[in-house]
Amino acid sequence: MTLKTEPVTINLGPQHPSTHGVFRFRVTFDGEQIADIEPIFGYLHRGSEKLAEERTYAQVVTLTDRMDYVSSMLSNQAYILAVEKLCGIEPSPRGVWLRMIAAELQRIASHMVAIGFLLQDLGTWGTPLTYAMRERESVLEMFEMLCGARITNSYLRPGGVFMDAPVEFLPVLDSFLSALPHRIDELESYLTGNEIIFARTKGVAVLKPEIAINASLTGPMIRASGIDWDLRHRDPYDYYDRVSFKRPLHRAGDNFARYWVRMQEMRECITIIRQCVEQMEPGPVRPSHDDVPYLLRPPVGDAYVAIEGSKGELGFYLVSDGGISPYRCHVRAPSFINLTLLREMLIGTLMGDLFVSFGSVDLNMGEVDR
Amino acid sequence: MQGQGLLKGLGVTMKNFVRPVHTVQYPDRKVGLLGAAKRAGVSPFRFFADNPREGLKALLFIATVPERVQQAPRFRGNEFTWYEDRCTGCASCAKYCPLGIIKIVTHPGGIDVQEGESYAIDVFDIDIGRCMFCGLCVEACPYDALHMGSQFERGNYVRNDLVIDIEQLRSNLKRPSSWFRPQFEERKFDPFKGETVDDHYKAGRHEQPSPDELKERWVDGRK
Ligand code: SF4
Ligand code: SF4
Repeated sequence: MTLKTEPVTINLGPQHPSTHGVFRFRVTFDGEQIADIEPIFGYLHRGSEKLAEERTYAQVVTLTDRMDYVSSMLSNQAYILAVEKLCGIEPSPRGVWLRMIAAELQRIASHMVAIGFLLQDLGTWGTPLTYAMRERESVLEMFEMLCGARITNSYLRPGGVFMDAPVEFLPVLDSFLSALPHRIDELESYLTGNEIIFARTKGVAVLKPEIAINASLTGPMIRASGIDWDLRHRDPYDYYDRVSFKRPLHRAGDNFARYWVRMQEMRECITIIRQCVEQMEPGPVRPSHDDVPYLLRPPVGDAYVAIEGSKGELGFYLVSDGGISPYRCHVRAPSFINLTLLREMLIGTLMGDLFVSFGSVDLNMGEVDR
Repeated sequence: MQGQGLLKGLGVTMKNFVRPVHTVQYPDRKVGLLGAAKRAGVSPFRFFADNPREGLKALLFIATVPERVQQAPRFRGNEFTWYEDRCTGCASCAKYCPLGIIKIVTHPGGIDVQEGESYAIDVFDIDIGRCMFCGLCVEACPYDALHMGSQFERGNYVRNDLVIDIEQLRSNLKRPSSWFRPQFEERKFDPFKGETVDDHYKAGRHEQPSPDELKERWVDGRK
């Protein structure tokens, strides 16, 4: 006798603890397989883009902190680069090096969060998450040294950074960078060889390179599908053309590949930071107030700048009408665009893999909804 | 071999089991007699003899000592340090605040006529219930009158109590953070050691270090 089964539609979220923020799925299950999935978002919409139209260019930095609150330095950087392009500001070299260091540190912190939570979703209940968070903590402590805040940094200013790093910063950075490879090795020996993780992540939620390109995915997502697309290399901003680094690629396109690419990218961040520290020269960290006043009035026009954020191409589009605040500000949020392929990724997988695959996208609801 | 990876992982967990912990038991932590004596800076016998009550508690492991993490001098706490003598009432800080939560009311003070009349300040309210401690107001202050504070424990039950008014700003302990104030950094001022800067002469004016000084500090100092 065969049992008759019917598809069941279930709402997951918006308050489920492992949905990485307030996010809701409407999933249709056929038995244990996912037959259809519809992402519903907008629960964290704060209207940051609209708020930016009411603030002066210098004040908008504080809003960008709160977009992707796991990698606020990178949001700062993207916005500041857009302002610099809009106003034609020539940044101070030392400020650029410092903000590259800050950005790469932030990438380490953000990938640590991604990896930690991915494994939390796999059911490792906290242990690797605490290890990953411990490393992130050291980065946040360094941010506190640099700019007095851990999450909402507001460290960057048009033309550089607001203040030079304190004297204690470099030794701390140095000891962190020498300790980090061992910590990553340890985390890898803990996880990368683990049979349970292999079984749960290999071959799950595979993204073919063609559809990844079609959906304009970016960041670790597309590099895990084997496409060598990294804006730091393709379209260098700041001084990324003066540092050399490898771009880890994985061809499988499954959850394991996405985890692996992030893991390897953190090692590359270390080499980038080391090169930045070496090439950094003393000097002012931002142009004088005569060149870059507090109240910027860019000429009429628009500017789009994209950087390689921790989650993908993070772009800011600013339109100026000649006034003191942007006429329009639009953010190309990588998490949001990486989310569009959720359906293709997940149809046909099992219920238990849903949150793991969702975590492997590494999205941040603050950025998706803005 | 199947299961090798799992065992390796368990090895890492065991290694971490004996490492020093990273977690801080804020706001206080239970200590035994040795810990309590160490915190008080005396020998355990002395500690017990001096206050037997505390010593007994410590012996039973129910004594507590306050526990804080090390904060950076630039930490932006949720209070402000303000030097009234130096404030001209120009309200740059209020204008620069992204949220518009600083309220300043002034009237002509009638003093300092030669230097351009300064204003007497009637109201200086900062609504820290909405403040995001971005520090832009501090950056905007042209006279170094406003500084970020360094404390962060201002928990409250009433929203209105979160508004810092001029009386509080006058009477608060002055523990400025060195955020955007290089002069504090220069002399290694650390607000977390309990130091205060009582008047604006001691606070000094901020001046970005010259490239030569920077070279000395960063390049020569590192060798
Ligand atoms: S710290 Fe920021 S939000 Fe708070 S009062 Fe100053 S400018 Fe406004
Ligand atoms: S900007 Fe400084 S001087 Fe002007 S009103 Fe504010 S605290 Fe006073």
